[in-house]
Amino acid sequence: MLAAHTAALGPHSTGQHTVTSLAVANPGSLIQSVDWVAIAPPLIAAVAALAVLVTDLFLPERHKRWLGRLTVAGLALALIALLPLTDGSPRATFCVRNVAGGTDSGGCSYVADHFALVFQLLALGGALIAALLSMHTVDDERLPRGEYWFLLLSSATGAALLPASRDLATMVIALEVASLPAFALVALRRDGRGAEAALKFFVSSVTATAVMLLGVGFVYAASGSLHLGAVAEGLEHAPGQLKPLAEAGAVLTLVGFAFKVAAVPFHFWVPDTYTGAPLPVAGYLSVVGKAAGLSGLALATTVAFRPYAHTWGLALAVLAALTMTVGNVGALRQRFDTRYSAVRLLAWSSVGQAGYLLVPLAAAGYAPTGTDPLGATAAYALIYGVVNLGAFGVVAAVGRRAGASVDDFRGLFARNRWTALALAFFLLCLAGLPPGVVGLFGKVVVFRAAVDAGLGWLAVVMAVNVVVALYYYLLWTARLFAPAERPAPADAERRLPAGLTATLGLTASAAVVLSVAPQLVLQVAGGSLF
Amino acid sequence: MNAVLIALLVLPLLGAALTLAPVFGPDRAVAGRRALRLNSVVTGAVFLLTVALAAGFDHDEPARMQATTDVSWIPALNVRLHLGVDGVSLPLIVLTALLTFLCALYSEKRLPDGEARGGAPDEHSPSPQAFVGLFLLLEVGMLATFAVLDLLLFFLAFEIVLIPMYFLIARWGSGAKAPAANRFILYTLLGSAVMLLGFLLIGSEAGTFDMQALAAAHGNGLSHTTQVIAALAIMVGLAVKAPAWPLHSWLPDAHTAAPTVGSVLLAGVLLKMGTYGLVRVLLPIVPDGTATFAPYLGAFAAVGIVYGSLACLALARPGSKGDLKRLIAYSSVGHMGFVLLGIASLTPVGVNGALFANIAHGLITGLLFFLVGALKDRYGTADLDTLSGATGAALYGRAPRIGALLAFAAVASLGLPGLAGFWGELLAMFGAFDPADGLSRPAFVTYMVLAGLGTLLTAAYLLIVVKRVCMGDPRQPAPVAEVADLRPYEAVSWTPLAALTLVAGLWPALLLGLSDPAVKHLLGGG
Repeated sequence: MLAAHTAALGPHSTGQHTVTSLAVANPGSLIQSVDWVAIAPPLIAAVAALAVLVTDLFLPERHKRWLGRLTVAGLALALIALLPLTDGSPRATFCVRNVAGGTDSGGCSYVADHFALVFQLLALGGALIAALLSMHTVDDERLPRGEYWFLLLSSATGAALLPASRDLATMVIALEVASLPAFALVALRRDGRGAEAALKFFVSSVTATAVMLLGVGFVYAASGSLHLGAVAEGLEHAPGQLKPLAEAGAVLTLVGFAFKVAAVPFHFWVPDTYTGAPLPVAGYLSVVGKAAGLSGLALATTVAFRPYAHTWGLALAVLAALTMTVGNVGALRQRFDTRYSAVRLLAWSSVGQAGYLLVPLAAAGYAPTGTDPLGATAAYALIYGVVNLGAFGVVAAVGRRAGASVDDFRGLFARNRWTALALAFFLLCLAGLPPGVVGLFGKVVVFRAAVDAGLGWLAVVMAVNVVVALYYYLLWTARLFAPAERPAPADAERRLPAGLTATLGLTASAAVVLSVAPQLVLQVAGGSLF
Repeated sequence: MNAVLIALLVLPLLGAALTLAPVFGPDRAVAGRRALRLNSVVTGAVFLLTVALAAGFDHDEPARMQATTDVSWIPALNVRLHLGVDGVSLPLIVLTALLTFLCALYSEKRLPDGEARGGAPDEHSPSPQAFVGLFLLLEVGMLATFAVLDLLLFFLAFEIVLIPMYFLIARWGSGAKAPAANRFILYTLLGSAVMLLGFLLIGSEAGTFDMQALAAAHGNGLSHTTQVIAALAIMVGLAVKAPAWPLHSWLPDAHTAAPTVGSVLLAGVLLKMGTYGLVRVLLPIVPDGTATFAPYLGAFAAVGIVYGSLACLALARPGSKGDLKRLIAYSSVGHMGFVLLGIASLTPVGVNGALFANIAHGLITGLLFFLVGALKDRYGTADLDTLSGATGAALYGRAPRIGALLAFAAVASLGLPGLAGFWGELLAMFGAFDPADGLSRPAFVTYMVLAGLGTLLTAAYLLIVVKRVCMGDPRQPAPVAEVADLRPYEAVSWTPLAALTLVAGLWPALLLGLSDPAVKHLLGGG
């Protein structure tokens, strides 16, 4: 939105494009009509965030439980707002008409196409599940309620805005809206671990943002535009002396997004941040944070930096291979008997999964059409989101006093069979082995993208990684059914809080339904998203 | 007819789901018995359905896919629920259902302990409901592998069996069960992941995953390079499962650790999934690629035959502390070598022999594992040295019926004419004697000679085993004073296998008549 005005009014350094004079013939073109339906999903989340913040001031302490319910309602409403957008052609808003590269929505800053909708579904849905998961954590750990829910909603707003934004400035702002509240969320636990986790997260993330801003600046200088479509056009015709600048800019921009996805070598913050953060926040970061970074990466590469497809295609392929390998090796090295090992294992596994998610993006660099393989990433991200949040839900249910080790799950089946079965199902979905059918087909889609693009070596690396990953998922699954070594703790029989039950019920039934009818999610991978 | 085939897959799936529901009552012991009864009922019903399927099968046209269903499942991936049986898959489906049913009957009386604490079953030992659920899920995967006609579904079915078998070994096994189970699942998954890449490559080039369409095209539309790469990937994946030397090393550990029913199904059915895949996928869909690799497959098969027999000979030697289950596992490597050699010859004779040997091996080795499992139950060990003592275990004297059955299974396994083991291996060697055009005759004749040497070695170690287990002095001091002879439930679950071994040996046309037209069709000759 900001960029829309910049592009419309600001003179270009390269002077390639027609510069709009302020005395336009038709002044009406400067007044934008905003498509409120198109921007409804992030807008509702933002309004809900403000509402929570304000309500918190006036609500007496004993009624503050309502804030959580307000948050859930807001996110549910935002999800419902996606529905009217699903049929028909993409809706664009915040457009300027005189930006070069002008196809239909080339000069628009916000486009609600299929790509945006899928990732908004993931961001808002993930936030909704994380909110359900947070209900009892907020009570249990006495986190400041108003702040917690406000920060969660703000971050979700940013994550929902990012996939729909189509200019670099909006993308950077959306990414910051998504991450800044996340730092605070991580720190909310206010113990040594939380502070350290937040600091680690903050320092490395801010560095990445700074680098990315520099990159965006270079790209703007070289291409003369911030709109993604126009950037692609501009990069193709950039004068020779600006080429190095443009290339450096592209690399620096991608670094920022790679950090969000926790791709190697920007993954070091993940295990410590996840263990220090309140558990639902860790789950939130692993799914929504990743979705935000991934959508930004996809947009930047496949739309803006299309002229460099072969370069970033190879770079992303190498990055994907490294990320999955490092993540899985990290998970393999994780001991099972230490405190927090369950969350640490999930953290490493999420690094590994990020590697799989990057594979179709890399394939997009090789594919002739350029956009097709993205569907595989989107489908896999949706599947991963459901089962990973489910797994975090079970960890939250078992390790009510934070810090569960994997060994604490020993004999869970005997204590609470449904929770154990749910976790086993989630882990097998993550591993991609039946009965987790949907996880299996998610992997098949990713493999297919790699094979179709001719990235045989990457497919083989991924196959080996899938096997390696199976080992630790399976060891954990086997723990669930193994006989318990020590008698169950006294509070084992206590009923699960409603929020946790809802989370587990929601994610488990979604995973089962998708396993019976994978088409529901894989249709995303069928066609083109843009 | 197609309803029967669908019911075959749905019925055990429903049974497995039922074990999760609280329908067996509160009392642990009663619930366990009811679950095991459910297991027998469901697998029995499935077996009857396969008999109905075989009866309704049009035996005049075994090359045609029958009882077909073809509906779309995942349009995004172009995956269709395409099911059907022909002369190649029908015998395997019946064998699978039969073995599963017999195992279910056997485990109703003799459920593996699970050795929770190494003692009597207590509340820590795994529940029979879990056993039944996994067992039925395993049956779904095995039957589906032989019934599906879509590459991705085949892969799915291939994977379904992994988790149940993993837990059967890891929870109900004995000895070093967790490492053995891990090894089994990691090896097989690596193989099938590579196989999936081959499938995807084919699908990417040909635009379909439908096995019938691809088989009808017979490699048209796939470039030579594609065929070679895809054939290599698929062959590696299936060779792990089969298992072909040198990818077999998961097998002996898995068999040694697995409970009796697990071993029976592992040897009787799971290994066949690999060789069936070679015949169903590799031969018709990527014929050029297969022809490129056939000599190597043949070589590995020949080495596997000799290697398996030599390993068995070493284990059978007195003083080598050989485990009987491990010995039979190695003998499986040898026997599957014959199957692979038959397939590698790419001739109708060889492939028919391979399919026949498949079934024969399922019957005979299933019986052998049952018998060895029973011995292990009675003696508490399957260690050959402990069993035989100074002179031999003298089963002829102490438990004559078991001894006789063991001797019968052993001579069937070494390929005595008139029993099932004979025809398959003979035909496989015939195939190697005169391989398909384009394959090097001298190489294959060498393989045949090696295979012939293997039969001699096989006879040697099996006769040693018979001598050390069945013969001997009954009055010598033995680890167990009284050895119970054949129990009724054992007789019930073993007799069908022995009888079928005899039938298949005396009337090979029963099977060959079914498979021959289908094989010619798959090889593109008929």
